[in-house]
This record gives sequence, C-alpha cells and structure tokens, in this order.
Amino acid sequence: MNKLIIWYGELITGHKLLKRGLFFLTPGMLWLILFLVLPGLILILVSFAGRGTYGDLVWEFSFENYTRLIGYGIFGWTLDYVYILFRSIWVALVTTCLSVVLSYPLCFYIAKKPLRTRYLWLTIVIIPFWTNMVIRAYAWFLILAPELPFAKLAAFLKLIPEGAPLYPSALAVYLGMISMFLPFVALPLFSSIERLDWTLVEAAQDLYASNFRIFMHAILPQTLPGLSVGIILTIVPAMGMFVVPDLLGGAKYMLIGNLIQQQFGSSRDYAFGAAISMALMILTLISLYLYKRKNRGVDLI
Amino acid sequence: MKGLSLKGINKTFGKVHAVRDVSKDIHSGEFFTLLGPSGCGKTTLLRMIAGLELQDSGRIILDGEDITGLPAIKRHINTVFQSYALFPHLNIFDNVAFGLRSRKVPGVEVNKRVKNTLEMLELGEMTKRFPHQLSGGQSQRVALARALVNEPKVLLLDEPMSALDAKLRAQVQVELRRLQQKLHQTFILVTHDQDEALIVSDRIAVMKDGQIIQYGTPAEVYDFPKNRFVAEFLGSANLIEGNYRDGLFHTQIGIFELEKPPSWEKGFIAIRPEWIRISDTEPVKNGLRATVTEIIYRGTNLDISLTPGPIRLRTSTYSHIKIGDELWLDLAPKEIAVLNE
Repeated sequence: MNKLIIWYGELITGHKLLKRGLFFLTPGMLWLILFLVLPGLILILVSFAGRGTYGDLVWEFSFENYTRLIGYGIFGWTLDYVYILFRSIWVALVTTCLSVVLSYPLCFYIAKKPLRTRYLWLTIVIIPFWTNMVIRAYAWFLILAPELPFAKLAAFLKLIPEGAPLYPSALAVYLGMISMFLPFVALPLFSSIERLDWTLVEAAQDLYASNFRIFMHAILPQTLPGLSVGIILTIVPAMGMFVVPDLLGGAKYMLIGNLIQQQFGSSRDYAFGAAISMALMILTLISLYLYKRKNRGVDLI
Repeated sequence: MKGLSLKGINKTFGKVHAVRDVSKDIHSGEFFTLLGPSGCGKTTLLRMIAGLELQDSGRIILDGEDITGLPAIKRHINTVFQSYALFPHLNIFDNVAFGLRSRKVPGVEVNKRVKNTLEMLELGEMTKRFPHQLSGGQSQRVALARALVNEPKVLLLDEPMSALDAKLRAQVQVELRRLQQKLHQTFILVTHDQDEALIVSDRIAVMKDGQIIQYGTPAEVYDFPKNRFVAEFLGSANLIEGNYRDGLFHTQIGIFELEKPPSWEKGFIAIRPEWIRISDTEPVKNGLRATVTEIIYRGTNLDISLTPGPIRLRTSTYSHIKIGDELWLDLAPKEIAVLNE
C-alpha cells in the first residue's frame, strides 16, 4: 500500500491516494446519507406505524396501512386506492407517450433551422421550464376559461354545458402534464437528433425502405440514448405529480400524488401517506427495472 | 439504349455551381470512374444519380426510362457509401438483407440471396457479427454485399476505399475490378485517387470545377492528357512551356521536335518522368544535356531531378547515377504529349 505509484504524473503512495479520495468523497456521502438515506429509512419506519386520534403518529407496528392501500378499509373492501394508483401510472404513460410523439417533429423542426435561429427556438422551448408550475397551471385556467373559443367550441359540440370551463377535467390534466414534461423529453432528444448521422437515413432510402422502416432502423436506434433519458425524466416525476392534477383535475381526477399530499395535509395521516409513498417508489423502481431489461445496453442516465 | 444517360445536369448550392452541364452516356456493364480533386462536384453528381440530391436542371435516363423525378427508393440503383453507413444495431446478415426485406421479398429467397452474396464476398463466416466487430476491409465488403444483393442496374461507389490502408486498398482495387468483370454490372466509382481510377476503370471522366474536362479509357487519359490539369492530376508530368514556330518547339531549355504540329503557337507540352530515357551518347533527336541535382530512392525505382528545368525522370534502381553527373536525356517525339488547352 505504501509503494510509490505515478498517478496522472504525480509521484504518490497508494495510502495517501486513498486518504485523498475519501476526503473528496465525504461531503457527497454525508449529503446523501443526511437527505436521502435517513429520510428514506424514516419513511419506511413510519409506513408501518399508525394514526392517533388527533393525527399524531402511534408507534405500533402493523401492516394496516398497506392492507388499506390495496382495499381493506374500515368501510369494507374497495378498490379506490388501487384505482388511483393505476390511473396515475396510466396518466404518466400517456403523458410520456404523447410527449415523445410531439417531441420528434418538434426536434426535427428545430434541428433543421439554421444555427443562428436554432438556439432561439430552443430557448422558446425552455422558457416555460423557468416558469413556476403553479403559474403555468393557472395559465391553462385562462386558456380553458368559458369565454375563450376552446370552451365555446366544446359547448357548441355539446361536450360540456353552456358557459362552463373546460377544467377541471382529464383533458385539462393531460394538457397541463404534457406542457409540463415536453421539455424534459424534447431537450435530451434534441441533443441526439442534432448529432444524427443522416447517411444512415440515406442508406435506408437507397435500400428502398418505407418511412416507417427508415424511422425504426435509421432514426430510432440513433436517438435512443436521448429518448431514454427523456422517458425516465418524464415518467418518474409524472407518476408522483400532484400540483397539476390538483389544480386542473380537482377532486374529479385524483392521482396518487394528490392522495399522498392529502395524507400529509388535510387528513394528517402520516403513516398512510408514507405507505403510499413507499408503494409509488416501489412501482417506479419496478418500471425502471423493466425498462432497463428491455433496453439492454442503454445507459439510463 | 441500355445504360445510364446524363443529359445536361446542373446543380448549384447557393453561389457554388457544383455541377455544370454534365452530359454523358455510361454503357451497361461498364466500370465508369469520376475522378477529380475534392470539391469538383463528383460526389454531388453521384448523389444525383442515386436520387439523394435533386438536380436543378437536366435529365437522368436509365435503360431508356426517365428516372429524373423518381426518389431514391424508386430507383433501381444502390450505393456503397464512403462511411459504409452500416446499420449498427443489425448484424451482418440483417444489414445485407435490408434492401430485400424493404421490398418484401419472401424469406426463403432473402436467405438464399443473402447467403450467396456473402459467400461471393467471402463473408460467409460472419453473418452473426455486428458492424462494430468488423475491420475496415470487412465493413467495406459488407457495404458492397448490402448493395449488390439487390442486383441493382447501376452500383454507385462513393470513395469506398478511402478508409482503408494503402496495402489493403491496392488489394481491394484489384478484387473490385475482378468482381465487376465477373458480374458484368454497371459500376460508377467516385474517387480522387488517380491510381485507383487507372486500375479499376473501363472509362474515366476527369472532373474539375463541376465539369468533365477529359473522358476516355485509362490509357487514353494517361497517355494523352488534354491539358495541364489532367497531366498533373494523373501521375506526374514535366510541363514545358514554349513557342511553336518553323516546325519546331522552342523552349528555355532547348529546341524539340514534335510528332504532330500543335494547334497553337504558344503553349505547353507534357512528358512523363518514366518516358524519358537516359542515353550514353547524344540522341539523334531531342537530346538534352542535364545535371543531376537530386536522387530519391523509392525501392522499385529512382526519381531523379535535373537542371535545367527542373526535369524529373524515373529510372530503374540499377543505374549508377550520382548527384552532379551530367547525362544525355532522350525526349523522343512520340513520348511527348501536346496539351491542347
């Protein structure tokens, strides 16, 4: 261990090098332990506790919170929570898919722009990113207000009553979610598309490929790294999103994020909230695992 | 007519006139080469034939059918790209089968044709490998197989040898020539390598600034260059400027006799280094007394520079020439090429 070695041009002993490495690692490790590992462990502990009469934590070990989550409540068996859980997954999937479908044409459009205006276009995509999401959600209130053409058109088609706004509704939730997550898909995808090797596209055309075949063999494999990052960055936070569905979906379209927020907020049932959080985290990890297994060789982040 | 006809092709990129009014008939079964320095428009011309670039004006006719407006996927023409452009996520078999599968050829036939093509190019062992596991020479053969398996009417090759090292390149050039003669298919090669063009081609079109400036068999183009550019681009040449009067060519280094009188009074002649002979005695005609200033040993021969001139000549390594020697050079009239432009 005390043998002299040359490390990037420096003469040093292995022992000293190890000490220096630990010194550099310590702040990061402390940070992770303090703000990720410990709260995680506390969350696991709390999820097995119970609720007192006044919303305080009762340290009695039980699986009650988990059995309640899958439907065995005090009012008999109901699938409400499971339904909300699956609806959350569904909304996250649809949001991700639509964001991907919209991102491809958007990215190709921007990538085709001359270099001078390209970054202007990218900035336009990024600007909503810098705006608070509550403000963005309220902006949708305005757009979907009864006085504006969208709500009027829907009323004319008898989809909603005369003079009603288009929110709260599933449509409003999807609009809010997609506008929220589109940059998360578009930006990593753009970096892949900007570096696209167009000779592969030409080779596919030269070999009589249909547009679908060109996309599958010349474009998709090349953009997969950026696409993967975009999908992960979208689906994970989308599963736990609560501001947008709360404001734009209200009680009509509750997602798991809202349910958790409710437990820690008005219901004051920390233990149940922790259990739902654990369930969400496990689901997210499972979906990441499945995704990684399906796309072997693709680095997630 | 069988073959490919280009009629008045023009192409501009902004202010650059990349291809100017190119017309040429390329016969079926011919190995045709577009030779020129980078930026001469040869690759642009090739891409227009492939359908990957649209010409501003002019028509392209393949076996009597006007394919001017057809996109690449409708043209019975395949390309070997300079970078090979193999699909990295597909193995060699699937890469080669790509074109057949695009056209929905039945699976049994795909298997048979891909197998035959891979065997013809000695790639039978590596069907399951992926492009990143191949050497440069193997990638090049896979790219060739991927194009040839479709039995195109014209095969386009865009500098396919530029990524290979010199020794492998020389070997592949001969193989490519043999393959073309065996298949008797039309090959159009784009290259800036004059040796390559001379080795493989039936006919060479030398391009400069978007135009074909000379066209002919390799021997015609090499032996009778029309102008300074061709004389210097293909091989090397001693260019001598002078005036033609009274049936003789007067230059600064001497007076020479030409086989045929040129059409001009003032101009250039070219003589290749390997066409100049060293003589012990003064030659009957066109002798030149010169002093050796530099000797470069090249293994197979010696390259010698002499004054006046400087004149460069190429001779066998067997000769015992030293710097400072005075020699008689024989610039025989039949070895002198008169440049017209």
